[in-house]
Amino acid sequence: MVELLFGYFAIVIITSALFGVTRKNLVHSLLWILLMFVHLGGLYLLLNAEFLAMVQIIVYAGAILVMFLFVVFLLNLKEETKEPVFIHSWQGRIYGVLILLFFALFGAFTYKKTHTGSFTIELIDKQGHTKTIGTALFNEYLFPFLILGFILLVPLIGVGIVAVRRKANGTS
Amino acid sequence: MVPLSFYLALSATLFFIGAFSFLTRRNLIMMFISIEIMLNSVNISLVAFSHYMQDIRGQILALFVIAIAGGAVAVGLIILVLAYRNKKTLKLEEFKLLREE
Repeated sequence: MVELLFGYFAIVIITSALFGVTRKNLVHSLLWILLMFVHLGGLYLLLNAEFLAMVQIIVYAGAILVMFLFVVFLLNLKEETKEPVFIHSWQGRIYGVLILLFFALFGAFTYKKTHTGSFTIELIDKQGHTKTIGTALFNEYLFPFLILGFILLVPLIGVGIVAVRRKANGTS
Repeated sequence: MVPLSFYLALSATLFFIGAFSFLTRRNLIMMFISIEIMLNSVNISLVAFSHYMQDIRGQILALFVIAIAGGAVAVGLIILVLAYRNKKTLKLEEFKLLREE
């Protein structure tokens, strides 16, 4: 069952990513990428990471993709959709695919497991995934978490400054 | 039980789709999307390692990656909108100068 689900998710992720990067129309390609993000959330569920699956769907599919779609709708991109996209020579495509396959197989067959930690599946099952990840985050990684808050604050201020200054100048 | 190698192969394939698209598409929005694809592929391998090595730190790192990707997209998209206001296009060839001429 898990193998079947993994095969389904992997095939949908790869095909939707390929369709997403080859479409001419930006809205179409963003919708394909949305499909990819949702299936990545499903893949995290297979790996016993429920909290990350929810975060993936809320943040990526719910926030980041919507931001991209807003920008595409705000700008007038009629000429861009008529442009030819991607590499046109067959040699370029074949080289690209060969490099890709080589790295995928290299990564798949050269890895050896070296290390086993203490967070077993039974522990996570008993405690709940969110509690486990929260305990580790707020004990062991408290300082990086605070830094992360500042990293999210800085873009907020920067975007506000850029937008306000633009309005005050009166030029567009 | 799916072996870890399959997750790593999926992650590498997705990363190279993203990298290939970043190098070949000449549209700024599509280049941002390619960066997101690459970040997601790295997240797959982080979560897979975390599951198979029974260590929660990989998932915490994946959480940080997601948060930083959100901030990066906000900054990148505002730069993109301002660049569009200057040049009225998003083709990469037009952006030899970032200031107004």
